Parts: sequence; structure tokens; C-alpha cells
Amino acid sequence: MSDETQHRRDLERRVSVLLADHPPGSTDRLDFLRAQFDAGLAWVHFPQGLGGLGLAREHQAYVDALLQAAGAPDNDPWRIGIGLGMAAPTILAFGTEEQHQRFLRPLWTGEEVWCQLFSEPGAGSDLAALATRAFPDGDEWVVTGQKVWTSSAHLARFAILVARTDPTVPKHAGLTYFVCDMSDPGVEVRPLRQITGEAEFNEVFLSDVRIPDSYRIGAVGQGWKVANATLNNERVAIGGGAPREGGMIGVVADAWRNHPERRTPELHARLMSLWVEAEVARMTGQRLRQKLAVGAPGPEGAAMKVTFARIAQELSGLELELLGEDGLRFQDWTMTRPERVQFTGRDAGYRYLRAKGNSIEGGTSEILRNIVAERVLGLPAEARTDKDVPWKDLER
Amino acid sequence: MTAVPNVADNVTTGLAPASDLVLLSTEDEQALRDSVRALLASRCTPDRVMAIFDGDDSLRQPLWTALAVDLGLAGLLVPEEAGGAGGSARDAAVVLTELGRVVAPVPFLSHSVVAATALLPSGDRELVAELASGAVTVALLTPLTASAGSFSAAVVGEDIGISGRVPVVAGALEAQLLLVPVRVADGVELHAVEADALGVTVAPVVSLDMTRQVADVALTGVASRVVVGADAGDSAVRRALLVGAALLASEQVGVAERCLEDTVAYLKQRRQFGRVLAGYQALKHRLADLYIEVESARAAAQYAAAAAATDDPDLPVAVEVAQAYCSAVAVHAAEECVQLHGGLGMTWEHPAHLYLKRAKADQLAFGSSGEHLARLAELVGLPPA
Repeated sequence: MSDETQHRRDLERRVSVLLADHPPGSTDRLDFLRAQFDAGLAWVHFPQGLGGLGLAREHQAYVDALLQAAGAPDNDPWRIGIGLGMAAPTILAFGTEEQHQRFLRPLWTGEEVWCQLFSEPGAGSDLAALATRAFPDGDEWVVTGQKVWTSSAHLARFAILVARTDPTVPKHAGLTYFVCDMSDPGVEVRPLRQITGEAEFNEVFLSDVRIPDSYRIGAVGQGWKVANATLNNERVAIGGGAPREGGMIGVVADAWRNHPERRTPELHARLMSLWVEAEVARMTGQRLRQKLAVGAPGPEGAAMKVTFARIAQELSGLELELLGEDGLRFQDWTMTRPERVQFTGRDAGYRYLRAKGNSIEGGTSEILRNIVAERVLGLPAEARTDKDVPWKDLER
Repeated sequence: MTAVPNVADNVTTGLAPASDLVLLSTEDEQALRDSVRALLASRCTPDRVMAIFDGDDSLRQPLWTALAVDLGLAGLLVPEEAGGAGGSARDAAVVLTELGRVVAPVPFLSHSVVAATALLPSGDRELVAELASGAVTVALLTPLTASAGSFSAAVVGEDIGISGRVPVVAGALEAQLLLVPVRVADGVELHAVEADALGVTVAPVVSLDMTRQVADVALTGVASRVVVGADAGDSAVRRALLVGAALLASEQVGVAERCLEDTVAYLKQRRQFGRVLAGYQALKHRLADLYIEVESARAAAQYAAAAAATDDPDLPVAVEVAQAYCSAVAVHAAEECVQLHGGLGMTWEHPAHLYLKRAKADQLAFGSSGEHLARLAELVGLPPA
């Protein structure tokens, strides 16, 4: 029997036991998810005792398919994407045993939602220049500053936070990575309205927020390294997999199929070119995931994200033109605070506007091209005048 | 600060799903790549390839013998029991990427891929074995521009023999044997004809790409023998052209990746205004975009090769996607290579023009971009206006 078959048999057995002990039809959703975590079937590539079995990442898809077929609940992954995709792998890689035990289980079940406190008004692409300060105070840290572009902040129990702990050294060296309790009285969350009319993101104001030193992830001054692990995972999460005609291309292809009266040769030529590009991007993502199954995420994810953003923007623009008169109608400008991001949801006008963010969030396409050029192709880095200057002496 | 696509929003369609194929190289494929690359590095140097454009053809025959016979690549796609190496389309893709990287002037694509695939249904075991051993080089008599969708046999059978004209045939100049699709009452037969037989004219064309020089072939009352009957001839030719198109994509990846590598290396050492050109952000971003294209083309080409290797039901879609995408990437990479080498890239002495000529000729091979997109539109249910 091959290793592959053996793994599958073993996973089938574990899933059967889980389902027998916790029949989905008669088990509380959270109880089921906790049991799934404890059975090591949450994310099989995590270690035993932390929701996993120490297997290769790709086996999880098989477990999920078995559970879905049995009518089991899921952990609503699109609601807790930041926790799953960014906080969890970072905590696993750099956290202590106590931190693993405290955070990972309720993160995975969705009992505790996570958000990310990285970007600041003065530190976007140049994240390492961030100005939020953390001062030591006994066995606590006192944090003050302003963060921005934080999705789910109003729902989150915890945040991953990067703050400056030493302003006297160059910017990359003075950062430290923390877990921030969003229920601290010093945390204020304000919605940040965007061009779609809704407020998917927030501004977060931190005023003397107290963080126990036991919530520090990694060493003091190691924050940049830890944050980069998070950001590499972010790019992988964004460039994630979809079936053929999944995502925006499916929406536009269906608009073409459903509206023969609106077809023109010029629109067809653009549609077919984009269909090919979307399909090739899907294959490229598939290939990247096959690579990831045997290794850690590297800078290649940056390339994937540039493509994803460009195609989404071109497709959503094409869709509006394809809709003719209906392209002028917009569903709703009312301010809302959605729980989930919907790149392909709502109407075409919304999709067109929302897609503009795809080449900005999670690293602008310009910065990602620098990353590809420097880390993949080995081209010289951009001139940096701020590299060896203490952060406090930088012009701001 | 992030957002993830919501798969729950996906619209489902009646579209045939993509297949889950392995898109990374296996260890065996890497070993094959290494041995082909090593041979080409010593035998197929840029100066020898460029000399072909000045009429020095001395590289061709010995290089083809080394690849076809010594490495056994003539019969790569022929099963072992028929005298071949029993390799898969994935292996042929590996070879083509390497050949593309050096613009090798050998008829691997026309002989080992296209002719071999067309001949596989034949009961002529002796001929298949000769093709597989490399003892006889074979070319399928179709224009290099013919695609599986557009192909129609131009040669007809008459009492005195077969007659017809087929323009721009690749591999015909190197071939000792021509495999001729002949239109008959009940379909298409494949006939075998000696290239030097009475009534056969193989006229060399001064070609855009002299490293894959094409020929205009005329047959006038030529005596021939049937090697694939009318029941299977048409599908054999279409299959050969489909597999040829699938694997051409891997050659295009080879052309593109080499252009990128050479351009990156050049810009890292070329200095103007007191600094290396590779440090200018305008150029860095162009190279990053090119890298993204090349890696995307690699995935598309590997998907097509994997689909051909397993005769996957998704092969027709895979081929049109790979050709529509990879052709343009190879041309773009070669054009960037010329442009970013500046004046040097425009000279006869620098090999950049080899890549440009191969890439542009490849773009016309096995169907134009418009044909690929039109066929794809049919396959995926997106009818034109």
C-alpha cells in the first residue's frame, strides 16, 4: 500500500471516529469544531495537539471533502481568513508553547476572530517605518499609535500587532510583534469608508493599550522578521485556488452567455483573451500550491498576486461595458460594515470599484514587482537612504 | 489589511472542469533535462547556430544524430515494444524546452513528436521501428501553420500516383521519408513517400527562422504506399497536430525563459550613467512582469503536456489555452531581449535575433492566435457576437 493510500485510510478512520462520536445532525456547531480540532483534523499540517497530525498540507482538502459530504459544519473560513491565513502560521512558527495552547484552538473554531494591526497612515508600503510605540512597563508593554486598513477590527477579539520598541536603531531593527487584546479599553475602532460606499476596513486608535509580555511573539527587536512570515502567508492566501471560471471570470463569462444581444466582436476578443489569462493564472496558482505542498511560501506568491489583481480589474471593467444600460445602475451606496469581503459579490459596479483595491491591499503591485525583481531575479535593491539611520532621525 | 476571494460567490456553469494534473517536474524528467542540456551546451553553441543564417549548415546533421540516435530521442514517444523509448508527452516537453533554450536546429518536433504521433496507428511496424531508431527521419506533410482544427489534405490520389502542393513544411528538408495525408473518397489516408522519389520536389524556403527552415513540397504523380488507412488517417493527422501544438508551448517556454535569463544577466553587468541598468526601477518592473509571464506560460505548457501525456479529456482546452498564451509570451520575451540589449540586440553577431525569429515563427505554427481563441470559444461555450 502506498504512503498516499495509507494516509487516506488513516484519515478516513479518524473522520469516521469523529463523526460517530459527534454526529453533525445532533451536535452543537462549536462542540463539533472543537472536537474536530482535538482530533487533529482542523489543519492536518499543524503538529499533533494543535489541531493537526503533522501531515503534508495537501491532505486537508481530502478531510474537508469527507466532512462536507457527511454534512459537518465548517469554521466559516472566509469570516476568519486573517486568523487562519496569517495569525495562525505566524504564532505556530514564532510563538511559545503557552501561546500555541492559548490562541490556536479558538482561532480555528472562529470563537475568537483575529485582525491585523500593521499598516499606519504614515507607513503603507514602507511598513517598517511604522510609528506605533510600545514602552515596557514591568512585565507589560504600553502601546500607543494609530493603525489603518484593518478588516474585521470591530469583530475581532485579538490582533496581530507590530510596534516600535526601540526608536534609536534603524527602522527594521526596532520592531516587535505582539498579540493585542482588542477588548482593552485603550482600543478604539472607527469604520473607514471606501470608494464602494461601505466600510470593510477600520482605523484603530491605540491609547495606552496594555499588553502582557507573555503576548509577545518572537524576541524583542525581531518583529520585522516575524511580520514578513505573516506577509508571505498573506500573499499566498490572496492568490488562493479556484475552479475553472471561478471568481470574476465566471461572473463575466455568464454575463456573456446570458446576454446575446449585447455581444460585439470587440468585447468577445477581450473576453477570450481574459478567459485565457484567468485560466493560465488558475494553472499558475495550482502549480504554486503544488510547490507549497512541499515547501514554505517564498516570494513567488508576490508574482501570483500581481496577476490576480490585474485580471480582476480588467474583467470587472469589461463586465460593466458588457452590461450596457445596466452598467450605469449601482445597487446601493449606503454605508455598511460587511463581515465578509465579496470580490465577486453584489453588483458589477461594486465589483469594478472593489477590484481597484486588489493591487493596493496586501502589498501594492509596484512593491510586489520590486520584490520579484530583487528576491527572485536578484536585481539590485532600490537605493535606501534610511537603512542605516536610527528611526528617530528619519524625516517624516 | 487583506481580503480573500469568496468562493461561495462563484457562479456555477455547465463548463467542463479542469483536471487536477501534476505541474512540477518529476526526478526522471529532471534527469532527462540535465542530460539534454549538457549535450546541447557542448554541441549547440550560439556561434554555430547563428552560422546557419550565413549558409553554414554543418551543425545540423551531427547534432540531430547525437540527439536522435545517441540519446535515443528519435523514438521518445514510440512505445518500447514498437522499438521506441516509451516516454511520455511530458518527457518530450522537457526536451523541447531545452531545444528552445538554445534554438536548436533539429527536427525533433516534426519527427519525434508530430510524425511519430501520426504514425502510431500504423500497422507498418518496420517503418515505426525505423522512425524510432532514428535510422530514417520522417516529416508529416502539412504546413507548419496547420492546426488540428483547420487541417485539410491538399494531396489527392490519381491513377498515376499522388499529386499536390504543400507549402512551408517543417522538417521536410531533413527527412528521408515524407508522410503524406492524401484525400480519398472515404476520408484521409497517410501515404509514405521517399523524399528523393521521382516526382517529389522539396524546395527550400529562405525562412524567417532558418533554424527551423521550411520547404515548399510538390508531388506530381508520385508512387506511394498506404501506411494508415482512410478509417484512421484523418484522426491520426489531427491528433499529431494537436499534440504538436500542446508541446510547442514547452519550446516557447524554453525560448522565453532563456531570453529572460540572458536579459537579466546582461542588465546586471551593463553600466550607463555610472550604474548598472538592472538597478533602474523602470527596467526592474519590466523584468518582473516578464518573469510573471514566463512562470505563467510554464504552468500552461506543463498543463498541456500533462494533459497530452494522459490523453486527458481536457486536452483540447489545454492546447488552445497554452498556444494562445505561450506564443505571445515567447514573442514578448524575445522582443524585450532585443530592446533591453539596446544596440547590441540589433546586431547580427548577438544571438538575440535567433530567439526573436524562432519566437515569431513559432507564433504562426500550428494555428494563429485568432484560430486558437476561436476554437477555445467554441469549446468553453462563449460564442462570438
